[in-house]
Amino acid sequence: MTEIPQNTSGKKLGLVIDLDICVGCHACAVNCKEWNTSGHSAPLPDNDPFGQNAEGVWFNRVHTFECGQGADSRTVHFPRSCLHCEQPACVEVCPTGASYKRAEDGIVLVNEDICIGCKLCSWACPYGAREYDGDSGVMKKCTLCIDRIYNENLEETDRVPVCVSTCPANARHFGDLGDPISEVSRMVEERQGYDLMPELHYQPVNKYLPPRPKSADYQSEQPKRLTPVAARPENEEAGGLFRWIDRVLTR
Amino acid sequence: MTRGYFEPIEEINTSPTISDEIKYTTCYMCDCRCGIKVHMKDGGIRYIEGNPDHPVNKGVLCAKGSAGIMNHYSPARLTKPLKRVGERGKAEFKEIEWDEALELASKWLSDIRKSDPRKLAFFTGRDQSQALTGWWASQFGTPNHAAHGGFCSVNMAAGGIYTIGGSFWEFGEPDWDLTKYMLMFGVAEAHDSNPIKAGLSKLKKNGAKFVSLNPIRTGYSAIADEWIGIRPGTDGKFILALVHELLKADKIDLDYIVRYTNLPWLVIQNPGGADDGLFARGIDGEPVCWDTGTNQAADARLAGVSPALTGSFRLDDNREAVPAFALMATRYLGEEYSPEAAEQETGVSASTIRRIAAEITETAFEKEIEIDQPWTDWAGRRHNKMIGRPVSMHAMRGISAHSNGFHTCRALHLLQILLGSIDCPGGFRYKPPFPKAAPPPLKPTGKADQITPGAPMAGPPLGFPAGPEDLLVMEDGTPRRIDHAFSWEAPIAAHGMMHMVITNAYNQDPYPIDLLFMYMANMSWNSSMNTAGTKEMLTAKDEETGDYKIPKILYSDAYFSEMVAYADLVLPDTTYLERWDCISLLDKPVCSAEAAADSIRQPVVEPDRDVRPFQSVLIDLGARIKLPGLINEDGSPKYPGGYPDYIVNHERAPGIGSLAGWRGEDGKNHGTGAPNKNQLDRYIENGCFWEHKLPPEQHYFKHANRDYLEYAASVGFIEASNQIILQVYSEPIQKFRLAALGHGQIQPPDEHRERIEKYFDPMPIWYPPFEGEAIDTKMYPMHALTQRPMAMYHSWGSQNAWLRQIHGTNPLYINRKTAESFDIEDGDWVWVISHHSKVKAQVRLMEGVNELTVWTWNAIGKQSGAWNLDPDSPESKKGFLLNHVISELLPEKGDGFRYANSDPVTGQAAWYDLRVRIEKANGQENEITAPQFDTLQPPEALPKRPKILRYGRMYSRIQELEEPK
Amino acid sequence: MHPAYSVIFFTTFSGAGYGLLFLMGLFAAAQWIDPVRWFGFTGFFFAFSMIVSGLIASTYHLGHPERAWRALSQWRSSWLSREGILAVTGFVPFSFFAMGWVIFENHGGAWRLMAVLTILFAVLTVYATSMIYATLRTVRAWFNRHTVRVYLAFSLWTGSVWFNLLAHLFDLHTPGIGMIVVITGILALWLKRKYWMFLDTSPTWVPPEHATGLGDLGSVKLLDAPNTQENYVQQEMGFNIARKHAEKLRRWAFFTYFLIPWSLALITFESDPWIKIPGAILAVIMVMVGTMIERWLFFAEAKHTTMLYYGASDS
Ligand SMILES: Nc1nc2c(c(=O)[nH]1)N[C@H]1C(S)=C(S)[C@@H](COP(=O)(O)OP(=O)(O)OC[C@H]3O[C@@H](n4cnc5c(=O)[nH]c(N)nc54)[C@H](O)[C@@H]3O)O[C@H]1N2
Ligand SMILES: Nc1nc2c(c(=O)[nH]1)N[C@H]1C(S)=C(S)[C@@H](COP(=O)(O)OP(=O)(O)OC[C@H]3O[C@@H](n4cnc5c(=O)[nH]c(N)nc54)[C@H](O)[C@@H]3O)O[C@H]1N2
Ligand code: SF4
Ligand code: SF4
Ligand code: SF4
Ligand code: SF4
Ligand code: SF4
Ligand SMILES: [Mo]
Repeated sequence: MTEIPQNTSGKKLGLVIDLDICVGCHACAVNCKEWNTSGHSAPLPDNDPFGQNAEGVWFNRVHTFECGQGADSRTVHFPRSCLHCEQPACVEVCPTGASYKRAEDGIVLVNEDICIGCKLCSWACPYGAREYDGDSGVMKKCTLCIDRIYNENLEETDRVPVCVSTCPANARHFGDLGDPISEVSRMVEERQGYDLMPELHYQPVNKYLPPRPKSADYQSEQPKRLTPVAARPENEEAGGLFRWIDRVLTR
Repeated sequence: MTRGYFEPIEEINTSPTISDEIKYTTCYMCDCRCGIKVHMKDGGIRYIEGNPDHPVNKGVLCAKGSAGIMNHYSPARLTKPLKRVGERGKAEFKEIEWDEALELASKWLSDIRKSDPRKLAFFTGRDQSQALTGWWASQFGTPNHAAHGGFCSVNMAAGGIYTIGGSFWEFGEPDWDLTKYMLMFGVAEAHDSNPIKAGLSKLKKNGAKFVSLNPIRTGYSAIADEWIGIRPGTDGKFILALVHELLKADKIDLDYIVRYTNLPWLVIQNPGGADDGLFARGIDGEPVCWDTGTNQAADARLAGVSPALTGSFRLDDNREAVPAFALMATRYLGEEYSPEAAEQETGVSASTIRRIAAEITETAFEKEIEIDQPWTDWAGRRHNKMIGRPVSMHAMRGISAHSNGFHTCRALHLLQILLGSIDCPGGFRYKPPFPKAAPPPLKPTGKADQITPGAPMAGPPLGFPAGPEDLLVMEDGTPRRIDHAFSWEAPIAAHGMMHMVITNAYNQDPYPIDLLFMYMANMSWNSSMNTAGTKEMLTAKDEETGDYKIPKILYSDAYFSEMVAYADLVLPDTTYLERWDCISLLDKPVCSAEAAADSIRQPVVEPDRDVRPFQSVLIDLGARIKLPGLINEDGSPKYPGGYPDYIVNHERAPGIGSLAGWRGEDGKNHGTGAPNKNQLDRYIENGCFWEHKLPPEQHYFKHANRDYLEYAASVGFIEASNQIILQVYSEPIQKFRLAALGHGQIQPPDEHRERIEKYFDPMPIWYPPFEGEAIDTKMYPMHALTQRPMAMYHSWGSQNAWLRQIHGTNPLYINRKTAESFDIEDGDWVWVISHHSKVKAQVRLMEGVNELTVWTWNAIGKQSGAWNLDPDSPESKKGFLLNHVISELLPEKGDGFRYANSDPVTGQAAWYDLRVRIEKANGQENEITAPQFDTLQPPEALPKRPKILRYGRMYSRIQELEEPK
Repeated sequence: MHPAYSVIFFTTFSGAGYGLLFLMGLFAAAQWIDPVRWFGFTGFFFAFSMIVSGLIASTYHLGHPERAWRALSQWRSSWLSREGILAVTGFVPFSFFAMGWVIFENHGGAWRLMAVLTILFAVLTVYATSMIYATLRTVRAWFNRHTVRVYLAFSLWTGSVWFNLLAHLFDLHTPGIGMIVVITGILALWLKRKYWMFLDTSPTWVPPEHATGLGDLGSVKLLDAPNTQENYVQQEMGFNIARKHAEKLRRWAFFTYFLIPWSLALITFESDPWIKIPGAILAVIMVMVGTMIERWLFFAEAKHTTMLYYGASDS
């Protein structure tokens, strides 16, 4: 039943996304599509793919925001996928139990065999992470690459979500956010990783690392500058070249 | 936790088999050439991922590469050779068999070759087989060949090659691991798509500072520690102001300058004389410096001399000469290069420029890097450390796509040189086979005596002129090439001028051509300026004869692009997953600073259509028309096996072939060696690439590193292992200027003299971009630019079902403040008007763009019906192409002559000189972009567009979806 | 939120159906009217057909209607599931109640208990329906105390207009009916007004700054969406109605769901059949149309937090 299960292991698998180095290249989004359209939730169909309103099912999408105005505004690229919340209303509202959160690792999944396609879970998701496959009449979503992360046919090192392994900027990290000493948890610790819309109390597992503040020297009152070599009169005569005349340099 | 009948526990197979076979090859969704692993399952493509061992991408894939499957299965793929039956541009074709197609093509070609080979203009676009195509053109005997470099980034390439014997992208890269400060000029994506992303992330994680100069803040600039929204076309001014500051404060690496550059060389001072501004040379022609030790002129290349950097000296022949350094310092200490002067042009405050100057010198000299790695310099002297000046720079078309790009690029290298950060730890690093001599001793071929009907040309069509004598001009100084490359209009057009071919062919200037043969270039659309005009020229007919002005057009494409519609004969190519390719050291290799490398593509799936790989077709055609290099004595084809056969067995010079790996019968050599019939197998075993890692002592100072230079010479990268001296003062450039001043045999026609004299300055200069000077900037106050979207590749990404969901349309981006001053709002429709033409587009406001600049994504707009897209697709109705408002010619100045809209030195297309004004499209907001062109009808044989795409369904565990709902 | 017609039809009609059942149950339990067979028959006929057609309509927007039965499984957590269960089980007391009234013409004794259960189930079912919306934290316009009240009030109000029609058809003169019509009408009007006042005055729920967590860098504005054509999420949650348009519709709704049916009901108290019956019929039509407009607005005016990622400046 879809009451949120007691997570016995305390394991919380999820992603940490570093907004400081995300260049907004969409690689994670497209690679996710490529992997998953033939993966656990296959297919991820595209309607009218070569027509006027091409739109398909994607588990990961990259937005671009501008923050602030004028000179000190900033552009931030913002990938968005399921955050595998600890309090996923998407699961609570599901009338069939098709939506569920795994006890063993906290991954939120849809059981397509019993989903009736009522879409209520997508209404319940504040983050727009659920995408409806009208073609097969079921809800689909990020699986955290469930068919990869435990896949014995893959090298240990390849057992990560494809959005992570493909990110050219290495801005995405996968791990156990339930384990305080895991690499991802430490990253979150050091970089003040944060939750999206904490006020809604979904308690996302995925964390975002904020863009770093601009370096201090930027826009300072008295900016650095080089001090010209003291202009001696003879220096001027030589068109300012005098200072190099007595330099002995060997090749 | 128990789950009852109502909620069955989902049985998840967490270890599905991913592939029954993995095939390695090289991605071709762009020019970056990453290694890929293609997972094959049940005869289909399950998944394409990056090859973790590959030197270029180390396992990652970008958005384009990840969407490769969608290009491979695109409904725009051509299916059979096409012969035009209707009027050009209408895309009315008849499908024909390959035999007929090849018969026809070879007839056209051999007729031309027998009469006048120049009447073949053979130009290629985004291809990666220029080693083959260039060689084929020389074999054919036409000088009229080039790839797309002329409209791409030749300023960057030539500026670098003539200065440091290398450049960015294929030629070099920043030292991502060690750099502590990076300046990036005008880069949106660049060719090194993945390496740059990986590098920037490394650099930022290392706490280095990353500064991006770019009028637009997207992509890389968005993650920069400091974004400087410089005004387009003014980087030269900015860079030379930094030089000014460095000189003033004497914060330059004099030891580096003396050891590695030609700044100590003596330059003859003889105003008005034929030798003015040339290097003083000794009896053997060696450049000389003034040795302060012996107090006399000495061979400037000798180790141990102590050259004077300033002062004026009398040579034995009584001529006066000064060190180039003095000329350089005197010029850039001048007030015209002060930060204040720069502020006027660049819009960047003088204090910012000063601060940057302080920051880079502080990093270079106070944060100097020492690596305990002994190395031996060119003179055999052992150094026990490698000293690094950890300031790196990278630049691309933001600098090169301007009419002042060549000099701006040289200015950039000058700055790097003064900091001593060329090929040192933390600085810029060459990628083998670079550095080469600046410039390399390779000359363009195509003079009268070099062209004979029915015979090959002695050398390659392209090269690096070292003076007027190397130009390809008639006695009267008019061009010899159809694109006017290597003429007085663009003497150092080292990559040709593809963007002028159609215009010149139409004007029959300098002569009419008979066949325009193109490959992989969408020249009736996004790769041409003045698109509408180009379409007219392609279809224009001669009044009397009624024939087309450009009589025949032969074209190879893999997809139903806009250009296909203009071909008389279309040779359908395979997709990148269906063919052999060769990324050769003779072309644009995939080396890294620490390794020489090359790679191949192997077919991973069989074509399901009647198409053939273009390179094999080209080799076939060559054999049919009996090109010497392509037939045996008995006239039989030399490479019956097609391209793979050629890749393995063709030798450019004895022992040197397309691939450097596993050479020699036994495959034990690399670089040079006899052909090895198993070479391709070795490549495949190794993941389709070959890599030779340089030993640590060769990692830096390659231009002066004896071990490296000897290695490079031994494998044929360079002619000899001499030190490669950085040419800050460029004598070849000065030679052109002297010609303009009336010296020497070959001089420019009078109408060109002034221009040559002005722009052939042996040291970097800055001048305002041409278009802005030629028009009334009050009428056209704004700059208009395009940028590469990271998730699209030029025009060919739009047929991709996934990528076009990301970029289906392109707005015109305007600075919010600026828009408010025109009371333009988000979503308004506006006209973008240039001196040449106008386009209608929809506005999106943004903060992160220079206030005088508008921009859009490149090549998103499509002609209705092209690419087998819905005629009303967003690409054609909401998307637009900025190219319509860019003229390939500059406005005429009095005498009626119109120069190409290009750099005066290299002929680089000046895309980003564009000036426009913005007007609200009042009352005309029919919410469709303009101009619109006739809808193209795809050939019948192309598949119908599916209503829904279910890629991967064959791998789905749920198989109940038989019929589409 | 995108106004799905199936859902609008469903909530309006089943709401009216349950309202009508509620009143019949109430009048029976209170023994305010005699169990006249044909009165009962017509009443149950209207009520059942409205509820059933509503339920059927509600399965139209399902991807897998044939699996609808599965929706009964998650009563522990899902209000949608609870609604389904109540809707189904409710039919047990309803049928007994109906049996007593129509067949045995009796609502006393044990039948009376059925009447009470009917009241209970009617209320609970409508309550469950409203809770589906009222518990969605993602939609400010729904996640508030007004939602449930308005649903219950409208169910009662529409039901009573139907009840009024029945009364006239069978010519029962119970002053209570008139009173109920007057009161429930005003109640519905008042609660909906309060809802709209709340909606117009409630501060931003979640700002883009919180959706992205980038508030420290300044006000957050979308530059580029991930896709240039609308995707499912935008189509489903992105429906947005212009302020002006909404106001117009609210006015229309006021006339149709309240003013016209309410005044018609009033004037039809004590007039002769030739006026009151057509009047009552018109009132029913009007109130149903009006309620559907009101439901349409309930969706159209609702902003979903997801749209903050697609350019919405508030939610
Ligand atoms: N406004 C503006 N215009 C520009 C630029 C800009 O910055 N702004 N950039 C310029 C630059 S730098 C460049 S390089 C050009 C690029 O422009 P183009 O050289 O035209 O490159 P594409 O449009 O990517 O593709 C060219 C053609 O190659 C075809 N093709 C794709 N794959 C294959 C294949 O495997 N085999 C064959 N035979 N054909 C194939 C495609 O179908 C397409 O028709 O655009 C230039 N145009
Ligand atoms: N994803 C993707 N990658 C590609 C391509 C593609 O189509 N898609 N095309 C490939 C090709 S053919 C090429 S040539 C390379 C080009 O690689 P880039 O040079 O990165 O490509 P552009 O989009 O031309 O980028 C030019 C940048 O310079 C900026 N700019 C324009 N004028 C100025 C100026 O005066 N000063 C400064 N400082 N900046 C300026 C523009 O804002 C833009 O950001 O990319 C290659 N890689
Ligand atoms: S792949 Fe990495 S850099 Fe690119 S958009 Fe995704 S997270 Fe950002
Ligand atoms: S992000 Fe949305 S879909 Fe994912 S768990 Fe949270 S609420 Fe559910
Ligand atoms: S759509 Fe499927 S998963 Fe979502 S709530 Fe309905 S039944 Fe559950
Ligand atoms: S974890 Fe897997 S499914 Fe989820 S976004 Fe990343 S790639 Fe897509
Ligand atoms: S950068 Fe992307 S498209 Fe280009 S070769 Fe690499 S993976 Fe392919
Ligand atoms: Mo290019």
